[in-house]
Amino acid sequence: MGHFSLPVLSIRFLPIWRRHWLVWRKVAAPSILGHLADPVIYMLGLGYGLGSLLPEIGGMSYITFLAAGTLCYSSMNSASFEALYSGFARMHEQRTWEAILNTPVTLDDVVLSEILWAATKSLMSGVAVLLVIWLLGLTHSLLSLWMIPLALLIGLTFAAIGLIITALAPAYDFFMYYFTLVVTPMMLLCGVFFPVTQLPEGIQVVAGILPLTHAVELARPLMSGHMPPQTVLHIAVLLAYALCGFYISLVLFRRRLAR
Amino acid sequence: MHPVIQAKGLQKSYAGQRVVDGLDLSIYKGECFGLLGPNGAGKTTTLRMLLGLIAPDAGTATLLDLPVPQAAREARIRVGVVPQMDNLDPDFSVAENLLVYGRYFGMQDSEIEARIPALLEFASLSHKRDAKVPTLSGGMKRRLTLARALVNDPDVIFLDEPTTGLDPQARHLIWQRLRELTRQGKTLLLTTHFMDEAERLCHRLAVLDNGRLIAEGSPRTLIETHIEPQVVEVYGEHAGAWAHEHAAGYAQRFEVSGESAFCYVQDAQPLVGYLQAQSELRYLHRPANLEDVFLKLTGREMRE
Repeated sequence: MGHFSLPVLSIRFLPIWRRHWLVWRKVAAPSILGHLADPVIYMLGLGYGLGSLLPEIGGMSYITFLAAGTLCYSSMNSASFEALYSGFARMHEQRTWEAILNTPVTLDDVVLSEILWAATKSLMSGVAVLLVIWLLGLTHSLLSLWMIPLALLIGLTFAAIGLIITALAPAYDFFMYYFTLVVTPMMLLCGVFFPVTQLPEGIQVVAGILPLTHAVELARPLMSGHMPPQTVLHIAVLLAYALCGFYISLVLFRRRLAR
Repeated sequence: MHPVIQAKGLQKSYAGQRVVDGLDLSIYKGECFGLLGPNGAGKTTTLRMLLGLIAPDAGTATLLDLPVPQAAREARIRVGVVPQMDNLDPDFSVAENLLVYGRYFGMQDSEIEARIPALLEFASLSHKRDAKVPTLSGGMKRRLTLARALVNDPDVIFLDEPTTGLDPQARHLIWQRLRELTRQGKTLLLTTHFMDEAERLCHRLAVLDNGRLIAEGSPRTLIETHIEPQVVEVYGEHAGAWAHEHAAGYAQRFEVSGESAFCYVQDAQPLVGYLQAQSELRYLHRPANLEDVFLKLTGREMRE
């Protein structure tokens, strides 16, 4: 029962995932609106407004360029908010985890269900943005369908990283550090609004390490209808972040709840 | 007989502080067993170790013949828990809380649905089936928590301060239900710091202080072995001064707390006769109870 033992995965996460799903169904309408309105307004406003002043970027219109980035960052945001704010509410405020842990379910199952649920939120967010992209006719390639599993992968990555913060948080205020120092910089440095190559070289190196960069590198070629270069590398980086995040957050939760 | 819950030499420290210190317990089928103790005595930590939620630093525990925490998951399939703080799902209705909770035990929806009417009736919540949790009163929430703990038809039920914060009516209803559960042969392990609750409900009790077991037995045995049978409480602003001057002449033992003097006696007649003649002193003569034992064993100082 050491804090550092590897996670034991089981299908027992499913009833917990179903609980989150049932809660979400009760607030689905405002939730969908909230997750969709913000990125779509940014995409349309900046895409058409700013885009009309800009030349094509890499052979695509600015709004198409921005659309791929938008799908990635809104998927990142969905998972991050779920893993931090909602996850903290379930662990701390509502004591939902405590109730679940009194049943034949383990903390490993609970943490896995949190990651998979937050990733589900990313998936829903990604699909919603993709529908808007299709409706606007920004892509005609079937390859854009790959952005659906990509949104799920982005969700797994950022849910797992976000749960590390949840495990360390004394209160909700703590999350402001993460959003201000991690999420917002990623949104601005990882190629969502402009190519990473526009940045000074030192910052480009930093951006190359950040997970959102790898997500955007996958999304953008898929929008314009060809397979991304270095697909395996980008997927591997995102998966590595997800697996490390899962393990580290689990160890931290075990420590936190061992009293 | 074979114990349903057993602890041997359980020990647990937090930050160098011994919270549970060499605890031995044996709890048998059909028993309602109470853990008593002041705040910080180690009651909740003991429950959490017996449930296999935390590992002891030393000692062993078994729950339904399974070693915990090693096989805690398997053991908890047949256990229900009523936690100290409400952790019902506020977004769900009463029935949804039961449905969702039953799934954590691997039960099929149809199986849970079939149990819900009886659970609601047991909790006197049939009329609240579709009510949202935040609209329930404190007593209703506790009853729902109890119903939720029974969703898997457990053999053992852990209750951590089941009636804290409830009004007398709500407490009596919970007590009635708990007695019903022991009649059905279920084993109950509860913590409480209400002595009347422990005296009414529990077949056997263990008194904990600073993580150690300091007394164990039925409420009646505890009272008989640890304390004089009669108590005369003397009240009033002069009670303290009176006790220091005269009480030793009438009582085997006495304690002064605030404006009351507690006189513990084998035979109360001489003292009562004397007090009847003292117009400025008010008094109450009663048989000794569990609270007297508790205060004698754990002292009258506040525990924070």
